[in-house]
Amino acid sequence: MFTYSIKELAHALAAGKISSQELTQLYLDRIAALDPKLNSFITVTAEHALAQAKAADKKLSTGEAGPLTGIPMAHKDIFCTNGIKTSCASKMLDNFIAPYDATVVSKLNDAGMVMLGKTNMDEFAMGSSNENSFYGNVKNPWNIDYVPGGSSGGSAAAVAARLAPMATATDTGGSIRQPAALCGISGLKPTYGRVSRWGMIAFASSLDQGGIMAQTAEDIALVMNAMAGHDEKDSTSIDLPVPDYTTKLQDSLKGLKIGLPKEYFEGLDPKMAELIHTAAKALEAQGATLQEISLPNVKHSLPVYYVIAPAECSANLARYDGVRYGHRCDNPKDLLDLYQRSRAEGFGAEVKRRILVGTYVLSAGYYDAYYLQAQKVRRLIANDFHAAFEKVDMILGPVTPNAAFKSGEKAQDPVSMYLSDIYTLATNLVGSPGLSIPAGFIDGLPVGLQLIGKHFDEARLLNVAHQYQQITDWHKQMPSI
Amino acid sequence: MQWEVIIGLEVHTQLLTKSKIFSGASTAYGATPNSQACLVDLAFPGVLPVLNKTAVEMALKFGLAVHAEINPYSTFERKQYFYPDLPKGYQISQYQTPIVGKGYLDIELDNGQTKRVGITRAHLEEDAGKSLHDAIPHMSGIDLNRAGTPLLEIVSEPDLRSAEEAVAYLKTLHALVTYLGICDGNMQEGSFRCDANVSIRPVGQKEFGTRAEIKNVNSFRYVEKAINYEIERQKEVLESGGIIVQETRLYDASTNTTRSMRSKEAANDYRYFPDPDLLTLYVSESMMAAASQSMPELPWEKAARFQSDYQLSAYDAKVLTAERGLADYFETVVKLSQAAPKLVANWVMGDLAAFLNKNNLSIEASPISGERLAGLIARIQDNTISGKMAKTVFEAMCESNDTADHIIEARGLKQMTDSSALEKVIEEVMTANPQQLNDYRAGKDKLFAFFVGQVMKATKGQANPQQLNELLLAKLKSNN
Amino acid sequence: MSFDIPKVAYLARIAMSEEEIAAVKPKLENVMAMIDDLVKIDTTNVAPLASPLEQYQTLREDVVTETDQHVTYQKLAPKVAADLYLVPQVIE
Repeated sequence: MFTYSIKELAHALAAGKISSQELTQLYLDRIAALDPKLNSFITVTAEHALAQAKAADKKLSTGEAGPLTGIPMAHKDIFCTNGIKTSCASKMLDNFIAPYDATVVSKLNDAGMVMLGKTNMDEFAMGSSNENSFYGNVKNPWNIDYVPGGSSGGSAAAVAARLAPMATATDTGGSIRQPAALCGISGLKPTYGRVSRWGMIAFASSLDQGGIMAQTAEDIALVMNAMAGHDEKDSTSIDLPVPDYTTKLQDSLKGLKIGLPKEYFEGLDPKMAELIHTAAKALEAQGATLQEISLPNVKHSLPVYYVIAPAECSANLARYDGVRYGHRCDNPKDLLDLYQRSRAEGFGAEVKRRILVGTYVLSAGYYDAYYLQAQKVRRLIANDFHAAFEKVDMILGPVTPNAAFKSGEKAQDPVSMYLSDIYTLATNLVGSPGLSIPAGFIDGLPVGLQLIGKHFDEARLLNVAHQYQQITDWHKQMPSI
Repeated sequence: MQWEVIIGLEVHTQLLTKSKIFSGASTAYGATPNSQACLVDLAFPGVLPVLNKTAVEMALKFGLAVHAEINPYSTFERKQYFYPDLPKGYQISQYQTPIVGKGYLDIELDNGQTKRVGITRAHLEEDAGKSLHDAIPHMSGIDLNRAGTPLLEIVSEPDLRSAEEAVAYLKTLHALVTYLGICDGNMQEGSFRCDANVSIRPVGQKEFGTRAEIKNVNSFRYVEKAINYEIERQKEVLESGGIIVQETRLYDASTNTTRSMRSKEAANDYRYFPDPDLLTLYVSESMMAAASQSMPELPWEKAARFQSDYQLSAYDAKVLTAERGLADYFETVVKLSQAAPKLVANWVMGDLAAFLNKNNLSIEASPISGERLAGLIARIQDNTISGKMAKTVFEAMCESNDTADHIIEARGLKQMTDSSALEKVIEEVMTANPQQLNDYRAGKDKLFAFFVGQVMKATKGQANPQQLNELLLAKLKSNN
Repeated sequence: MSFDIPKVAYLARIAMSEEEIAAVKPKLENVMAMIDDLVKIDTTNVAPLASPLEQYQTLREDVVTETDQHVTYQKLAPKVAADLYLVPQVIE
């Protein structure tokens, strides 16, 4: 039953074929047996999960159940969970028991979902390989010598290995889509502002967005119904009605205009290019029309992103000072020592590098040249997307340049690591929704197809992905672990 | 050398909102440490700010009162520095585009002249917490109750030319923000705080001299002293061939000196950038309309009305309108007593003010309510008691919660209004003092006062002085 | 490179040894070389874009919604006494 999608599990629960407690125990057993190989969880909350499952069973038996009641899931350890350790995979928060729930967490609790635990990630969501966790690397379930991608590598590996039917994740520059692609699952980064950021530990506030990883687009639609929406505690969450994301899944693709940005295919690995074109052709066969488009400024995404994200991160992470919570160094001799050593000890190498870069680009004399210039180029990139969306309904391309790479392969040069997000960064800069779905394999490792939509057009992305998943079975492939 | 003094003031006013600028925690003063610091104020991981609507409305009211340009689109930035009372490691403030732009405030100087002082800008920001250095040995204790309290920082142009002008500006500003109901103006509790930028230049020189910023001045008197000290210090430095360093200086009231805080200045680089958690603040036309509708009568408008409606002198009108509470009190008394406004003004500015001053009480805390004072003044107005007796009654009112009528009744202080009874007393006094009567009639006019005194004594002061004068004069002059 | 690592590390309050600075230097140089491409892009008359949603700030009503939780919150604090968070003595 662990191979079931959420939709299938919900049917089984509703039909009384299995109870939520049994289902929860089934996943807890799988985690206990298999996660030592993957390291996809930081915290497993068995007791909490079984209590939630018990409550869910009661609702199922009294007919008060919703479509997600009793479905097990996992939260990325970036979402605050009341009374449960929330570490952001950092030594800084190794001792942090969050005193409140993130809005995403309370919404999924309200929907009756059962939290199995908190998944591993790159520290403070900074990384593309899950090699930056205080709790150790996460392994790719397709081949444990390879990285699962990052930063939501734990969520991706857990869903891919069927340790949970679904997991939450966050995406600041590709952190949902890239690991989803590298682990062969589906992952949605919603439009910036569609999902509340309250209780989601900030990396780069103008780019961060919470989202969903699951086996299928249909499952993502089901969870989006519960997770999306305005939150008065988040000024940047948008007060727009939440559609039922499942109603458009069956729509025909006839007349749908899909744009293929030529910049995404220039110099692309031929194996990857072939898979993406094959996928595009499959959509064309279903009635969509394909056309080449140009996003001339998208090539600047990398430097723009690596100015803005570190700048925002350097301020967002200033609160970790060893005073009110989190790591504090032993015997500080004065206030400066308290700050400098607590932060030096509490943060890992990549986080420190990004804080340094962010501090530098905002410092006196460099602000205009770097930060302000990056925000201007960001507008140029946004203008490219606006222009493209005048012509097409959605943009299609690869998620990553290649399939997963080996652990340690890119550890020495941050820029080579950063390049693995080259096709996903722009989406965050302009706030668009982006969806990654499995589109085949290169040398036995999965790769993804990326669909980028207009703001708040998630339902259309999920529709296309669902139609694609009706005629392909890449999303049903499962690693043998 | 002749020096010209240049002063600009930055005033931090705590806005009188119930909750903080970016969180739902209370802003009440004096609570248990950290009991009013919520997750947002404490900068817990994952929290986000949401702007308080009332704080914005208060800023708009201030902007309208100083005839300022209101920026329809303003932004919030992060000002970054590490300090234990700043939990996020940055203060959310308005840097590039403040909500309130250029405006002005007219102030009245001691010589009666009016001076227009430019307001550069006023912006919204959050207050920091407090560091307590004496509570625990070798440690500083951090109380974050104040963190996130809304502030409106009001920056003046360097238009002020003396400490006296600076104080006049501050007092006018203080009256304004309390009138507007946007700040309680309590300087002891830090609700109204002032930093002064002071520099001097040779008379006739165009360029400004290097300025020093004096922080931590928490009373009008200290502002004057601190600025005057700083002017003298700068003169001494310059006249002995030294140079002024641009720096922050701390005023120490106990020694009446300012000292350098160079340590805090070292390597400051605030790295301002737009706060991505807060979007552009848009002030719509309807918000502007609501703000203008909610504008109370301003101090200078009230003073003008007091002169025209109550026929008060410019001086009386200014004193009575200096504080909104005092003006409200005055108008209550006029209304309830139906007495001549000038009589009410004299009492409010005279006996009542002296009593409050002596007991260090604000008008709001006055034990003599407007209603009680009106009760007293009404009895003067209708001649029940004399002005002199009224002072006795007032003293009694200060000691108790009784009404004037009750005290007059209990002590039998009512004026005699029956003229035949008074005539009888006069006759008795004249009979009892034949020698003085003869002397008076022989031309010793001064003895008139003697007879007044005797009659007053005999009536225990209850004779109406005017009536007594008239009757006594008639009796003394007649020969029967 | 004008990236003064000790100065920036001080601004960010991160203690760094000589060895750490030497180790991070080439990595930061790579990152900054990549970022330096930005400078060449013509952005004349382009307004900066600070947030992908060019929307306006929503405002909350001025209502006290929070209650005293300081005992709970301070359980997470490294050092507390008399309801205060403690840090080494700050000399002003």
